[in-house]
Amino acid sequence: MHSIPGRRVIMALFLIFLLLPIYWLVNMSFKTNAEIVSTMTLWPHTPTLQHYRRIFTDESWYSGYINSLEYVVLNTIISISVALPAAYAFSRYRFLGDKHLFFWLLSNRMAPAAVYALPFFNLYSAIGLFDTPWAVALAHCIFNVPLAVWILEGFVSGVPREIDETAFLDGYSFPRFFIKILVPLIASGIGVAAFFCFMFSWVELLLARTLTSVHAKPIAAIMTRTVSAAGMDWGLLAAAGVLTIIPGALVIWFVRNYIASGFALGRV
Amino acid sequence: MDKTVNQKAWFLVLPVFLVVAFSAVLPLMTVVNYSMQDTFGNNQFFWNGVGWFKELLDPSTDLGGRFLASLGRNLFFSLVILAIEVPLGIVVALSMPRHGWTVAACLVILALPLLIPWNVVGTIWQIFGRPDIGLLGYTLNAMGIDYNYVSNAVDAWVTVIAMDVWHWTSLVALLCYAGLKSIPEAYYQAAQIDGASRWAVFKAIQLPKMNRVLLIAVLLRFMDSFMIYTEPFVVTGGGPGNSTTFVSIELVKIALGQFDLGKAAALSLVYNLIILIVCWIFYTVMTNAGVERKAQAEEEPAAERKPAGVLQPAMALKAKEGVA
Repeated sequence: MHSIPGRRVIMALFLIFLLLPIYWLVNMSFKTNAEIVSTMTLWPHTPTLQHYRRIFTDESWYSGYINSLEYVVLNTIISISVALPAAYAFSRYRFLGDKHLFFWLLSNRMAPAAVYALPFFNLYSAIGLFDTPWAVALAHCIFNVPLAVWILEGFVSGVPREIDETAFLDGYSFPRFFIKILVPLIASGIGVAAFFCFMFSWVELLLARTLTSVHAKPIAAIMTRTVSAAGMDWGLLAAAGVLTIIPGALVIWFVRNYIASGFALGRV
Repeated sequence: MDKTVNQKAWFLVLPVFLVVAFSAVLPLMTVVNYSMQDTFGNNQFFWNGVGWFKELLDPSTDLGGRFLASLGRNLFFSLVILAIEVPLGIVVALSMPRHGWTVAACLVILALPLLIPWNVVGTIWQIFGRPDIGLLGYTLNAMGIDYNYVSNAVDAWVTVIAMDVWHWTSLVALLCYAGLKSIPEAYYQAAQIDGASRWAVFKAIQLPKMNRVLLIAVLLRFMDSFMIYTEPFVVTGGGPGNSTTFVSIELVKIALGQFDLGKAAALSLVYNLIILIVCWIFYTVMTNAGVERKAQAEEEPAAERKPAGVLQPAMALKAKEGVA
């Protein structure tokens, strides 16, 4: 009843539309450059692992993945830990300027990264964090912290108030209540928020590229090096691209049962 | 649920306030400072007052012309992708399978494009669309359609829009799917008993339930498409000519390319202001919708569970079942 006519066909067509470009990238990553440029083949006729081998043996390549993961994890930890108490405060209490503060936070989630690129560069150079994972992790907080507060606020509001009151009557101190009772109750919400922080930090490039030069360069910025005097190294570019999809795919697999409700930010 | 007034809650919010203020307020002060000055390099700054802002809003100057043109292109782009992604997302959400392993499989594939770094999204479409090595470009040209996104402005636009649809329709679809999942089965049974048509079910049951998530989807999609940078930059570099140069691309060109700090800062402020206004409108609409829903629920407790007139007989039926 609640499905529409031809839904299988629509779904199949849409999934093909989503997968085709990704297939082409994977396909190309297993081809030799000669095959890519000279002929049009739907699958690699002379499959090769040379591009992947190059990425895994060349430090300037694989360090990019480590750098990226480093600042993504740092950012996720910072965002969640500062957002948790705030989400509780927004959900339970009314205080001076709460609505304005909430809107101000949200407006930062919407601020274009391009606006902040240059001032961030100045700021983090001045305090000596430039070219460290910390700079990128802190910079990404500008959009991840508001998002985490927003998501977690929805989940905290789902916890009945009586639970807080009972815990306080039982003599729990606030920090103990927070860690022992509230956090386990909204564990899935924290998972969803962490997923989103991971996601938005992992996919962002402009700030990550502007705030790093050598030591903390993210993989996404290193990929642009494949343009050389000899022309584009398409195979290597494709292989690097495929490897950036994998962490995301793994994370999705772990949260697959929460994806739908997670994307509604706990607010259906 | 009534909230209690407690000013100490500020202590809980303080960490967030500090972290975001550090990354938002300090840089913004720098931007305001730059926007009033002109620089000729060597760290020499000259007071320029509101000169840059005047120039920015005057289409006859170089800066103003570029800004307004890119703003127009950006608004057009946002409207086009919203017009495609929202209906398509709803259709895809309605087409989701209901049971079994296919649900998880579809969800994972749908979410996949969202987790790909933005420049890799650009790379994927660059490789996919090129007439010489890309499947799409090659096929189109083989079919006799002259397609080349590097030299033809229309093709560049089609590619950028197709890329955005590919990248973000899943977000709309997943949000709608979450809204649809929250509809109890009884609604559909009731509609069936009433003999409601497919369209009536959609209009009276599914659309109202998706209202809230759709609002979030439109907000997120509008904002993100309004500040799009990486994907079109990788694919077209803003070209051919200036045909796909959106506001962010123009801004980065001025700020990091020409190092014209004053102009870039003035542009940043106006850009930010536009976003702030749109954000505020959405926020007000959203909170008002929330208040209305709450008021409705309080007025008539059953109203929430009774989406439309068509279904009233069904509610009676349900009550009878309860009695039996």
